[in-house]
Amino acid sequence: MSVPAPVRETTAGATRPPLDVEALRRDFPILSREVHGRPLVYLDNAATTQKPEAVISAGADMYRRSYANIHRGVHQLSVEATDAYEQAREKVRAFVNAAEAREIVFVRGTTEGINLIAQTFGRQRIGEGDEIVVTALEHHSNIVPWQLLCEEKKAHLKVVPIDRTGEVRIEELERILTPRTRIVSVAHVSNALGTLLPVRRIVEIAHSRGIPVAIDGAQAVPRLPVDVRAIGCDFYAFSAHKMYGPTGIGVLYGRADLLDSMPPFQGGGDMISSVTFAKTTWNVLPYKFEAGTPDIAGAVGLGAAVDYISKIGMENVTAHEENLLDYATGSLTGLPGLTVIGTAREKIGVLSFTLDRIHPHDIGTVLDKEGIAIRTGHHCAQPVMEFFGIPATARASLAIYNTRGEIDALTEGIRKVQRMFR
Amino acid sequence: MGELRELYQEVILDHSKRPRNFGELPGANRRAEGYNPLCGDRETVFVRLEDDLLEDVGFRGAGCAISTASASMMTEALKGKTRAQAEALFERFHDLITGKDGRNEPGTPELGKLTVFSGVREFPVRVKCATLPWHTLRAALAGTETTVSTELTEGPKAESGGA
Repeated sequence: MSVPAPVRETTAGATRPPLDVEALRRDFPILSREVHGRPLVYLDNAATTQKPEAVISAGADMYRRSYANIHRGVHQLSVEATDAYEQAREKVRAFVNAAEAREIVFVRGTTEGINLIAQTFGRQRIGEGDEIVVTALEHHSNIVPWQLLCEEKKAHLKVVPIDRTGEVRIEELERILTPRTRIVSVAHVSNALGTLLPVRRIVEIAHSRGIPVAIDGAQAVPRLPVDVRAIGCDFYAFSAHKMYGPTGIGVLYGRADLLDSMPPFQGGGDMISSVTFAKTTWNVLPYKFEAGTPDIAGAVGLGAAVDYISKIGMENVTAHEENLLDYATGSLTGLPGLTVIGTAREKIGVLSFTLDRIHPHDIGTVLDKEGIAIRTGHHCAQPVMEFFGIPATARASLAIYNTRGEIDALTEGIRKVQRMFR
Repeated sequence: MGELRELYQEVILDHSKRPRNFGELPGANRRAEGYNPLCGDRETVFVRLEDDLLEDVGFRGAGCAISTASASMMTEALKGKTRAQAEALFERFHDLITGKDGRNEPGTPELGKLTVFSGVREFPVRVKCATLPWHTLRAALAGTETTVSTELTEGPKAESGGA
């Protein structure tokens, strides 16, 4: 059976002028530092991105000028803090084109977002013998929360396989879905391989059988225009820190009717409408899912990150990363003994590779001394490594501030590794 | 490049490319599997233990240059040693690569060629690579069947103790 070509979810075009990357790099203070006496070449962006000054100062400025707890004070600072926090929510809503701001729940990150789905939607609707479907290229954060649920409910986790290029075998998805399938949860972009999944197609297939779809968007949101309504998904989770925002905050988008029908995640302040010892009633969305004082300054920082990306233009970000990935792929595949792991037709942002007879750990150590930061290991995707029969890969991952010069430095660094271990 | 050359000395590169005592050890009566979840490295260490003596030691597995060379040189260093000597040697080796003042109890075998691993001290995140085979050996001698993991033996920080 032939594999249908993945449908690109974006409208990346080349209408705008290309990014002025050198100017943009000056927005990121850390990029001017040296590592081991060399200019920093930061290529570990799939792990986390660096922060522009606008994001760094957004949180600090709030603490300096407008900080108080939100949603409960009548005083001026509380009003200002609440406004800033809710403005950030609105920015995120517009950024992913959700229908309503109440569909945007602030969480700690993608991991917490997926755990929230599993522990609320999942615990409510999944029972013994039911099935949860993921793919073989998921990050552990989209595997383990479901395994915990399966253990508790005696449900089953089923896995859609990938092929040798790292593409999900969509035709297998159709076979794996059954009347017992309660949710499909998939990555939008693979953190280990860079594969862009045809999420719109996956949603179509699942929805045609009435099965909701959750998407781990951690690697997609920093790289592609994401429109949750165009994708049609039911849930979409992502992290601020991978999109130039602060750590400690992320987003779970959920369709309002689903969120409304779900029980709360954690209990505490702000998530209730009234509490008596006899009965407690839940607050409205999204506050039902935001127990306790949230990361207020983090949300404001996330809002600043959204502003920053929007100012550059997401289509420019996508075009830059596609262009740079093409360049990097061309440069690295020219090196003898180098194997690219993950050669899907639709890929973005991530270049995983191995070198003959040289362990990724040794590659990482030598490159580090050149000031080049890459990730080595299993990338929290051990099933992917197992599929390819390797313990680990070296992974270069891209961001808006990376340049062809940095890719050249990587290429030269790999040559040095190869000379060293010749 | 200086620190890198210290880390990847010729002897280490040689052992990583041509590991000695590699493969399942015939007649082994002790074995354990070591695992480093950070990089996915797995090594199995085999011992033929006669009374208190490590008559023969071997290993198998795939790892980085540091862990492979460490395993290879460990097997050479330990053949013919007693259990107590093996344990003492691990402690000295651990001190060497973590940059502690070396313990040198009377009767401790000399580190000998193992001193080539002194460069590891400049690379704290690589300590676990060098100690993986030793922790695995210790598990093999203890007769425990479970997989030994560097995360349990070395703790969350690579430079922390554990020997």
